[in-house]
Amino acid sequence: MTAASTPTPPGADEAREDGPPAGTDAARHDGTETGTATVRSDERLVHRSLFQRLLGRPELGAVVGAIAVFVVFSVVADSFLRASSLSTVLYASSTLGIMAVPVALLMIGGEFDLSTGVMVTTSSLVSSMFSYQMTANVWVGVGVSLLVTLGIGLFNGYMLVRTKLPSFIITLGTFLMLTGLNLGLTKAISGTVSTKTISDMEGFASARALFASELTLGPADIQITVVWWLGLVALATWLLLRTKAGNWIFAVGGGQETARAVGVPVARTKIGLYLGVALGAWISGQHLLFNYDVVQSGEGVGNELIYIAAAVIGGCLLTGGYGSAVGAAVGAFIFGMTSKGIVYAQWEPDWFKFFLGAMLLVAVLLNAYIRKRAEAKR
Amino acid sequence: MAVALTSAALLAAGCSSSGGKSGEESADGAGGGKGVDTPRMTIAMVSHSGEGDTFWDIVQSGAKDAARKDNVRFDYSHDDEAGRQAQLVQSAVDKKVDGLIVTLAKPDAMKGAVKKAVKAGIPVITINSGGEHSAEFGALSHIGQDEAIAGEAVGDELNERGRKKALCVIHEQGNVSLEERCDGAKKTFDGEMSTLNVDGTNMPDVQSSVEAKLQSDDEIDTVLTLGAPFAATSAKAKEKAGSKAEIDTFDLNAQVVKGLKDKSFGFAVDQQPYLQGYEAVDALWLHSYNANELGGGKPVLTGPQIVTDKDVPRLEKYTKRGTR
Repeated sequence: MTAASTPTPPGADEAREDGPPAGTDAARHDGTETGTATVRSDERLVHRSLFQRLLGRPELGAVVGAIAVFVVFSVVADSFLRASSLSTVLYASSTLGIMAVPVALLMIGGEFDLSTGVMVTTSSLVSSMFSYQMTANVWVGVGVSLLVTLGIGLFNGYMLVRTKLPSFIITLGTFLMLTGLNLGLTKAISGTVSTKTISDMEGFASARALFASELTLGPADIQITVVWWLGLVALATWLLLRTKAGNWIFAVGGGQETARAVGVPVARTKIGLYLGVALGAWISGQHLLFNYDVVQSGEGVGNELIYIAAAVIGGCLLTGGYGSAVGAAVGAFIFGMTSKGIVYAQWEPDWFKFFLGAMLLVAVLLNAYIRKRAEAKR
Repeated sequence: MAVALTSAALLAAGCSSSGGKSGEESADGAGGGKGVDTPRMTIAMVSHSGEGDTFWDIVQSGAKDAARKDNVRFDYSHDDEAGRQAQLVQSAVDKKVDGLIVTLAKPDAMKGAVKKAVKAGIPVITINSGGEHSAEFGALSHIGQDEAIAGEAVGDELNERGRKKALCVIHEQGNVSLEERCDGAKKTFDGEMSTLNVDGTNMPDVQSSVEAKLQSDDEIDTVLTLGAPFAATSAKAKEKAGSKAEIDTFDLNAQVVKGLKDKSFGFAVDQQPYLQGYEAVDALWLHSYNANELGGGKPVLTGPQIVTDKDVPRLEKYTKRGTR
């Protein structure tokens, strides 16, 4: 995230190969050529074949990794290829993916959020407890929860741009505070550490239809979270590649000072990204509530790393300025496939985490390898 | 702004006529009246609980009820990391409390701190787990459930119900007492029992993992969860996977009681956490008031108690108020 004017070792950071000045079209197209091309003509005008363009996509490696993982489990696990199993895998992926997509956008913008895991829990707790305590229609709780969750995102973003401290520290603070608040407030209000059931309240059925129902699609039932997930991917991809805001996101992640110098509203972009994360947390949180009816206040801790992992597996750089929403979705899919595939394959359960870690590492290595090859070809 | 408008509109749309706070019956709690007039004493409890565990809530409400009756100031602290739990014990010793209640989930890490407390003349009672180390560390008594015995009781119950193939769902990998429960059940169960590790802080993961397991093996006729919140989630997974398995669980909560009532769960194994908190505080009071010692050097067992739909009418209102 240093200014783009610093000299870059070759191949060290794709974001910089994209060629500053950031905030222009070049920042989001994934590198046509190293600087030499500009001698001939403007690099942005160089024509490239569809194949070349595909090779340049940040999610390419992840897609190949996903195919590899899919093939592995199709071979070793008998029950993996059944429609019902795939629907389970998609469900597991979607619950991660709904958060991985906005988290990926945030990471492209060069920031982290460690509070995402517990923010999801906060969102569902607020919704449930507000409805219950006020004996209100559950939709009221859902709306209040949206405001509160966006408020937390706003807090993260505002603190970040005001204090200029690393987002790691700020959101670590939010993470710990929310963990405490979740427990403290739930106990103070409900008397126990889990919420009371709201399934017999008005509006529950319709809210459940929106956040936790399933759709029958041929032989399989697809959870509605999959629809939310795909919708978010589409929205985020459009935002990144087709709008001015998308340019800003790449720009602030590539080099904040340069971005500011060319007139990108850095603070607004970053706050917006945190609001996006909060929106994802709200959707996930409402799913949690309406799927399980009762929420345990201690849930969600540790999930923030899984969201970040999914984004990174999907090709986002930890340093910002590079990545895609589709990649993050594929990353979540790899994670979902692997964690459930190990169960389908009936591998020794005590070794579960080891297998999970090893498979993910292999997927990421494959990802990095493919990307390097793709870049060498260009 | 659109959001604010939407929720304002929703607010205007009004209230729920069913459920919620106003649907709640006022529960009658213990300790409302006057207790003993022995001198005020302070008792600290330090557990290995993580954040927001229903179980420890019930232990605490037991302890608090006893504290009210016994004119005791009750301090609760907890940390799921053994080193920090030991530090909490140390700070209770520094505060010179009149009695100490600790759990020994990781006995080796707690040994030093507990022995220090005993040396400082503070009576110690261990609860919940680690009964075999209690006397060795110098504690007065141990009040809890022997996880292996509880597991064995489950195995017997499963045999009686004619179960053939069971799945034991471990929601916290590497937790000794959870492993003991599974192992105990495996020991007495005549059928086949496999285990599944899930991430207990991530409900969708619990659901999809159990779902995956049931899809991969349709002979599984019993799912045994080791904590109450995971029973309801497993029931959901079972439904999605189209499995006929019976859901049985350790520990109780309101959802489990509801499930027992409508027969979506087979049975629950209760270790009566309320008793662990209540008896521990009361035993320390008895020790100070009357020099009593409970258990004769052996652990005092608070479970297992097998609970089925027949017990539901009695239990329902107690789980709702959070004491069962």
